[in-house]
Amino acid sequence: MPDVTFTVDGNKLTAPAGTLLIEACKSAGIEIPAFCYYPGLSLQAACRMCVVRIEKMPKLQTACTTPVAEGMVVQTETPEIAQARKATLQLLLGNHPLDCPVCDAGGECELQDMTFKYGAADSFYAEPKNHREEQKWSPVVYFDRPRCILCYRCVRMCGEGMDVFALGIQNRGSSSVIAPNVPAQMSPDDLAHVDCEQCGMCIDACPVGALTSGTYRYKTRPWEMNHVATVCTHCGDGCKTTLGVRSTSDGAEIVRGDNRDKSGINGDFLCNKGRYAFDFANSPDRITQPLVRNSSGVLLPVSWEQALEHVGKKLRELRDTRGGKSIGVVGGNRLTNEEAYLLQKFARTVLQTNNIDHHRTADYVSFAQALAGTTGKAASQRDIEKSPAIFIIGGDPTNQNPLTAWNLRSNVRLNKARIYIANTEEIKLRRNAKAFLHVAPFGYSALADLMSGDDSTLESLVQPGTNKQVALDFRAALRAEEEVVVLIGSELRGGDLKKVIEFGTKLPGRKFALLSDYVNSRGAADMGLLPDMLPGYTPITAGSNLATEYNIATEPGLDMLEIFDAAGKGELSALYVVGANPVARFGVDPAALRNTFVVVQEMFLTETAALADVILPAANLYEKSGSVTNSYGDLQQVNKAGDRAGVRTDFEMIVRIADKMGANMRALVPFGKGLHADMGQTRGAQSGEADRHAVWLTANNLEPRLSPFDPMAILDEINRLVPGYSLLRLQLLSGNDQHLSPAAPSDLVQITNRRDLVLPANDGLFTSGTLGRYSAMLADLQQNAASRTAAAEQTAAD
Amino acid sequence: MPTLVSHPDEVKVISRRFGMGATDIDKYVELDGYKAVQNAIAEGPEWIINVMKASGMRGRGGAGFPTGLKWSFVPKQSEKPKYVLVNGDESEPGTCKDHVIFLHDPHAVIEGTMIAGLAIGSKLGFIYLRGEYRYLLKIMEKAVADAYAKGFLGKNIFGTGVDFDIITQSGAGAYEVGEESALMESLEGKRGVPRIKPPFPAVVGLYGGPTVINNAETIAAVPHILLMGGEAFAKLGSERNGGTRLFGISGHVERPGVYELPMGYSLRKAIYDVAGGVKGGKKLKAVVPGGSSCPVLTADEIDVGLDFDQMGKAGTMLGSGGIVVLDETVSIVEFALRTISFYQHESCGWCIPCREGTDWIKKTLTRVHAGGGSKKDVDNVQYLAENMLGRTFCPLGDAAAMPTLGFVKKFRKEFEDYIDGKKAGTPIITVDQLVGAH
Repeated sequence: MPDVTFTVDGNKLTAPAGTLLIEACKSAGIEIPAFCYYPGLSLQAACRMCVVRIEKMPKLQTACTTPVAEGMVVQTETPEIAQARKATLQLLLGNHPLDCPVCDAGGECELQDMTFKYGAADSFYAEPKNHREEQKWSPVVYFDRPRCILCYRCVRMCGEGMDVFALGIQNRGSSSVIAPNVPAQMSPDDLAHVDCEQCGMCIDACPVGALTSGTYRYKTRPWEMNHVATVCTHCGDGCKTTLGVRSTSDGAEIVRGDNRDKSGINGDFLCNKGRYAFDFANSPDRITQPLVRNSSGVLLPVSWEQALEHVGKKLRELRDTRGGKSIGVVGGNRLTNEEAYLLQKFARTVLQTNNIDHHRTADYVSFAQALAGTTGKAASQRDIEKSPAIFIIGGDPTNQNPLTAWNLRSNVRLNKARIYIANTEEIKLRRNAKAFLHVAPFGYSALADLMSGDDSTLESLVQPGTNKQVALDFRAALRAEEEVVVLIGSELRGGDLKKVIEFGTKLPGRKFALLSDYVNSRGAADMGLLPDMLPGYTPITAGSNLATEYNIATEPGLDMLEIFDAAGKGELSALYVVGANPVARFGVDPAALRNTFVVVQEMFLTETAALADVILPAANLYEKSGSVTNSYGDLQQVNKAGDRAGVRTDFEMIVRIADKMGANMRALVPFGKGLHADMGQTRGAQSGEADRHAVWLTANNLEPRLSPFDPMAILDEINRLVPGYSLLRLQLLSGNDQHLSPAAPSDLVQITNRRDLVLPANDGLFTSGTLGRYSAMLADLQQNAASRTAAAEQTAAD
Repeated sequence: MPTLVSHPDEVKVISRRFGMGATDIDKYVELDGYKAVQNAIAEGPEWIINVMKASGMRGRGGAGFPTGLKWSFVPKQSEKPKYVLVNGDESEPGTCKDHVIFLHDPHAVIEGTMIAGLAIGSKLGFIYLRGEYRYLLKIMEKAVADAYAKGFLGKNIFGTGVDFDIITQSGAGAYEVGEESALMESLEGKRGVPRIKPPFPAVVGLYGGPTVINNAETIAAVPHILLMGGEAFAKLGSERNGGTRLFGISGHVERPGVYELPMGYSLRKAIYDVAGGVKGGKKLKAVVPGGSSCPVLTADEIDVGLDFDQMGKAGTMLGSGGIVVLDETVSIVEFALRTISFYQHESCGWCIPCREGTDWIKKTLTRVHAGGGSKKDVDNVQYLAENMLGRTFCPLGDAAAMPTLGFVKKFRKEFEDYIDGKKAGTPIITVDQLVGAH
């Protein structure tokens, strides 16, 4: 679109023709108020707040529906306009309950803000306000009709944004009311319900306090919270979430999750887990004291010093007597990059073992190997929003990676992107797809063949009875696309995964991403929580900078299954588990660990923790700082929000154990570097000072003195040593995401016949691995979904 | 069924076949029916549009937009199918002109629709009747079926190789869908709320296709105009207001009914001659000249010609041609309340000024009417109406604000006297009905 020049309030502005006036003004720093306008959703022109005066037009015009035109002359703040807005507010306030002192939105309310600006506080109506009782639509969505100003943001967000269409409008005129898809009169229990994905986007979009959240309502006032921007711990999409934190007697309680900071890779979006499922952090089931099993087999609380001393002494003794190769280490998918890196470094250099693994939820090793030697072939989350075509093989983003699904839908809606889906299931996203190829059960291998041009296995690719031509047409349409992001589900592994990617890399305009299950599943693999790979997918067998620096044995260690096999054979002297529950995940026989010294760093008494000799109570991702890498390789900073007395971060515990073992601490954590500068010793929980200081210091080529407990010390080493992790620290500390594509040089990666050991968790909307079991809200939502299904069946039966 | 009325001053063009049994297709054909459409097929689109332009025909729905010009806006080439849409959602209080057309001359609507289709290159027309006109829909449906049976509709009409189809549709009973884009939403099966304009229907209309939407009276006039010639039709009316139109005169007159009068005809004569004057020889108090949304005229303001321009100059509108005559016994407070109650009930609720404004005016006037008013209420009503005017999403807000403003400005003293207790009123809506009404 060519640019046009126009005048707003006397300022000459330029914008591409067709830009909406409200957006063009926003870009120029001129704010035009609006309730119903929401960027990216369909236009309503219903609230009439954005009215402006355009020369040569007889009436005031809505800036939200007027495209800028050459020579247009606009006034946005005249007495006439202010009066129009004031009158509209007076009309709204006439029926608004004005219960601001107890309203959740008080202090964060667009109606309040506009009333403040336009001074419509006087009311001249003598008649009673229209009233309706509040309704509970689901465990997380409550609706207070009197507060509703009928901007229809929620209706559009649910329909256009989420493709759920749970909300609509009932009645007309002043009786109009937002109503869920199961209105009371159609419901067996005479109550209105939303049968939906419970994402809470309607609440997020609501400009007033009409829609409130089941977790947050009437809990606190916005100004009583500190707001900490961090990354959601749940799925592999890595949404930025802002946690509202309030001080309590034993730390800092998280009371709210939302996405008020829209600068993240998730933009407007946050799903139900990011929004509500922070409550595990406040669970009464949390372990807040170190526990050590006594001689009669009972776990007893001890002091931190005693526990660490015990672990350090015991691990050192076992390493020295039975050798490092008798020790196994299991890391987690929700650790920060710094913790994962430190854990494997600790394992390899201090414990002297390569027996290290994690619960792999996607085959990132094959992914990295297939992309080795290429550049610009790894897609970022932001590419999903923009790419003209996306090919999704396997996976179910709607349920497993909700942000990915949101970006796909937005891309289709706003940019007319074309989505191609090949899946064994008829996943919901097919509603937005241009083409859907229904793959036969176990047909992904044949699909990989098809994509690489080998038609010999076509028979086992398509559903029985389907014309094979459908698959060929599907491939032809895809090949005709000039630019495609190939989004791969965790079903594709090893040779199949490589086949899809290797063929794709030969075509121009192809980028790839591999979806995984948890916030740092990708980071765990990138950071080398693998028996045969050092960080950055550097094979341990090959001579590399890392191996030289670590000065370690170069034969691969035991993988997850081998570790527990060894335990069963009595060959495993110690097992160190950090933030994982392998016993439940891999169905380990508890008896196998009978003769193993088990140390578990955990929040809860999980199946694994229950078998431990020592349990060290751990902080979760919301209670620590560092960085995480999402499925796409987008690196983001996490910031400490909550706090719980008695727990420690995994980083701190690893450092302390290493110290108790008598390790060379400066070799493990390169601390104490930098000029003397005041940035505080602990990275800021509430203040954000440390981060701000760090930004300034880095910008001025200064470095604060780092404590051994500062993940920043390890971040420097990651930056220096891990292939592909040459990151911009200033970007990271400023809260921006940056795309990385870690892969060792292609001459290093030729490992064949390795087991991928991928075990996708297949979490749905209301589950999140072991952690999810400790979220009361997720439990509520599961129960709600089950009872709604039962009610629907009952109705159908009636 | 209302009986047909007649007056010597009438110029019967559109109403020519009323009362002659033209619902029967053979009778319609006998009375020159389906000739115009065959001429139109022979002469082609450009000719049709030129005749319509020459006729000076301005849309009879109320806005008065030149019909020929409207048709010429439809793009000649279009990827999407083009449609003709007949707006028979006649809902403006005081208006009943389309009603008599559907009742007496349904084939004129069909023929007009076909001609409009030929003019813009459409093969499908929709005739949309308001929900309350279900009994008229039966007449329309029979007429359409008869036209199909004769081969006047469908494939290869009149053996000319031209195809044209017509679908009839009933609304669900909402004044709002009289607005053209709301009607399209309704026809598409959605909530009857208006669309954002631009794009205008001529470019993006029904189902996204270029659409001509005309009032039923406009469409019914088209065959007549084609037969008599554009200039001849134009000459019947006043300057820039071609032809004749149907006026529904109701209220306190001796001979209420629908009369076809030339555009520009005197309002005074329409009341006193054509409709026989104020009923029972009472004094005239006020006239609502073009349906309830038009600002009221006082008894002193009726020396005005009934066309779009003269009425505009008089500070009101020709509107839909529904003239409501009020005699001296009418309480303007009650009349204002009845009027706003209608618009409050019919507001679709889409935009704030109309949804909330009509509601608050109604609530305030209800209290005033019930005897609980204060002089401040009159100011408030005026303030509300002034702040609705020109600020709403569609013209419904204006339609509610304009008459309200007319009442409180021209009859302010009556409101104040009423509030002062000089005249007691009986509540037509009790406060109980208001409280907890939602």
